[in-house]
Amino acid sequence: MLINRRIVLKTAVASAAAVLNSLPLRAAPETFALRSIPSTGETLPVVGLGSWITFNVGDDQLLLDECAAVIDAFFAGGGKLIDSSPMYGSSQSTIGYGLKKHRHRDDVFSADKVWTSYPDAGPEQISRTRGEWGVKRFDLMQVHNLLEWKSHLETLRAMKARGELRYIGVTTSHGRRHDILERIMNTEEIDFVQVTYNILDREVEKRILPLARERGIGVIINRPYQRGFLIKRFASEELPKWLPETGASSWPQFLLKFIISHPAVTCAIPATTRIEHVRENLAAATGNLPDANLRRRMADYVRQL
Amino acid sequence: MADWSSYTLSDFLLFSSRVYERLFELHNAVVWPAQLVMFAIGLVIAVLVLRPIGPVGCRWICGLLGAIWLFVSWSFFWERYATINWAANYVAPFVALEGLLLLFMALFARPPVIFFCHSPGSYLVLMIFGFALLGYPLIAAAMGRPVQSAEVFGIAPDPTAVATLGVLALGRGPLILFASVVPCLWCMATGLTLLALGWPDWFIAPLLAVAALLARLLRGGREKSAA
Repeated sequence: MLINRRIVLKTAVASAAAVLNSLPLRAAPETFALRSIPSTGETLPVVGLGSWITFNVGDDQLLLDECAAVIDAFFAGGGKLIDSSPMYGSSQSTIGYGLKKHRHRDDVFSADKVWTSYPDAGPEQISRTRGEWGVKRFDLMQVHNLLEWKSHLETLRAMKARGELRYIGVTTSHGRRHDILERIMNTEEIDFVQVTYNILDREVEKRILPLARERGIGVIINRPYQRGFLIKRFASEELPKWLPETGASSWPQFLLKFIISHPAVTCAIPATTRIEHVRENLAAATGNLPDANLRRRMADYVRQL
Repeated sequence: MADWSSYTLSDFLLFSSRVYERLFELHNAVVWPAQLVMFAIGLVIAVLVLRPIGPVGCRWICGLLGAIWLFVSWSFFWERYATINWAANYVAPFVALEGLLLLFMALFARPPVIFFCHSPGSYLVLMIFGFALLGYPLIAAAMGRPVQSAEVFGIAPDPTAVATLGVLALGRGPLILFASVVPCLWCMATGLTLLALGWPDWFIAPLLAVAALLARLLRGGREKSAA
């Protein structure tokens, strides 16, 4: 393999990012926890905003305004990354509405996906999506659920080379197709992967997360609450007496801190329709983040419930 | 997509319960006062079914139902449901086909024979049709949802499908079976959707579709024994 400047630079940045991300994050309460994107060193708040189901509200003006208020609260609280997909119904136009209404187009780290079985239709879909968001270009474009990943990654690479995108990646969810994902991570130059990870769905800890660190790939986490199921499941359970050690003050924060404290995680993207929940999620990114021992205790505690 | 066995019903749901409920609220507000017109049409169909009617009456029944299905295809599936469910764009043409088929039965084909006789099957159809017209709009309030989200025959697809299956269960003719396919499939699809949403009334449309099939079987036995 030829050693070229790109490989050296990427290795150096990834190494620095890995060192920084492994340091315990004990920021002051008002400081937001940031993670470095391994391929460039750019920092991102470790809690972002998903849009699956929650922002698919059609042209319902009442619900559009509620979603816009959530987006506004998200930025006011220090958030940056918003994630969507053409598969999510009208979520993209809802995001565009919210960004325009509260003038956050320049604040957002925009992450979307290409989702079509037809390779040639990718650029047109991305262009349409960009129109929905109202942004000049996407920060991150991902191949959704690995659909036609080979062809779409070629397209995304070319778009990135032309400066039309800043980062590229691929996504899966529910622990599906990790074998293909691992192959892609080993053989393709990508900036991000998006996977499911939470205190019960920990499959990615075995190979995907370590591989992401090894290869200098950023990790976005979907389904942090299993679409709210985990919160409902544990709501009636007692929180551990040692809760203050985790920095959390509620079950949602306990569950989210478990995820974002993993050193390989760049950003988790819980979705919500409520302002108080977006604030609670963002607050999980402040204060202490559990270290490896505490994360083990958290997982053990939940397992025995 | 690979590994289908790992998918659950909720994986195919694109929207929340609140969004689906408000869909009907907004739809009702936009089409008002069409609900009154549809109720009147429903009464006309009921009268035509109950009284001895010849081919002209049967053509009117098919024509009215056909027009209603075309309206539901455009106003609900295309204009409303498609805003939150991209799959509705693919369903709308089939719903429109249902409307066109019924109109074809009304205008060009040999009219089906739709008649009410004093049999368990016919009375079951009466109950099904009556529920579609009068009972369905009350389900929302009974389940604690806003009254404005009531589903009305001729406006919302569920009571429209149920009423159509009821009427067709009284019919004989070559195209009756084909005209039953779309309403039957919709009753199953809506049952699955509401089940995924966690609505307790998810079973109503599928149950009434099965009841319409039962009504048809009961009528078939009665007619054979009468002959």
